[in-house]
Amino acid sequence: MSNAQQFDTRPQGEIPVESPLAYSMQRSGTPKAKAGTKVTMRERPFLGQLTLRGGAIVLDEALREVLGLGLPGEPLGLVQDKAGERSIQWMSPDEWLLIVPGGEEFDVERRLREALGDAHFAISNVGGGQTVLELEGEAANEVLKKSVAYDVHPRHFPVGKGVTTVFAKATVILRRPSEERWELVVRRSFADYTYRWLLDAGEEFDIAVEN
Amino acid sequence: MFYILCPYCGEHREEEEFHPKGQAHIARPEDPENTSDDEWGDYLFFRDNPRGVHHELWVHAVGCRKFFNITRHTVTYEILEVYKMGEQPSITAENYAAHQAAASADNERNASQGKHQQGVRA
Repeated sequence: MSNAQQFDTRPQGEIPVESPLAYSMQRSGTPKAKAGTKVTMRERPFLGQLTLRGGAIVLDEALREVLGLGLPGEPLGLVQDKAGERSIQWMSPDEWLLIVPGGEEFDVERRLREALGDAHFAISNVGGGQTVLELEGEAANEVLKKSVAYDVHPRHFPVGKGVTTVFAKATVILRRPSEERWELVVRRSFADYTYRWLLDAGEEFDIAVEN
Repeated sequence: MFYILCPYCGEHREEEEFHPKGQAHIARPEDPENTSDDEWGDYLFFRDNPRGVHHELWVHAVGCRKFFNITRHTVTYEILEVYKMGEQPSITAENYAAHQAAASADNERNASQGKHQQGVRA
């Protein structure tokens, strides 16, 4: 195992935590579902997010050992486990984003470091820096068409694809884990901007926010 | 707007995802201690500004964040080729004319075949 120092960023005990959108939801509101609601937005805060860098082969072996999940075989790929709780996304030829349920990331990181041994790699916990927004519903695609530079037509963006692209004036990691659902991984500092943009873009589809 | 093929992502993306980083293939002098001021000045400050085929360094800044090279025609703005770091261009100013002649011959052949194919499709 490498001699990198690790620490658990989720200490035990009663410490109040707030999602990056806590204030935005209070200030900009959380519209309720109406009869004509065609798109629903929800935040999935406090997920464990790890950036893995290194050679594809060693990382793939270690991930299979620790999570039973392999790296995506192709660029722009996204793989998830059966429950859809853990996912690995291609970010760059030597970089992948691993998302696991909140609280698991410290243990996963430790086991990955053990499995990787002396291999040349880097694992960074990026969970505190970004949050995940979900769009669901028949108009989710329409909202995205108004917001991102990327072509989100289902023919061009099938399930199991993920890209980093321009969202309005910010950057977003856009992924499609299932037919109906789109995920946006946004920077914490851009979360408020993204949230308000989506409320505005989704207004014509009576966007609803669940939280 | 350019529509650029990122060789690492393997698909075309909008230009706003990229940043141009200037001329490609600028090698740092191997022995800086014994390089004359003129040579060092050329390396640091002087860049080509050709009318025609130009090799440029670009970065997929919003995306995979990798650097790669583009061969571009500065008059027509046509992107002739995209290749990864460390590779050499196959289209250069020297062989551009020959390359164009070959490409137009190909096009003519495809066009005559294309008529036939369209007939089949219709």
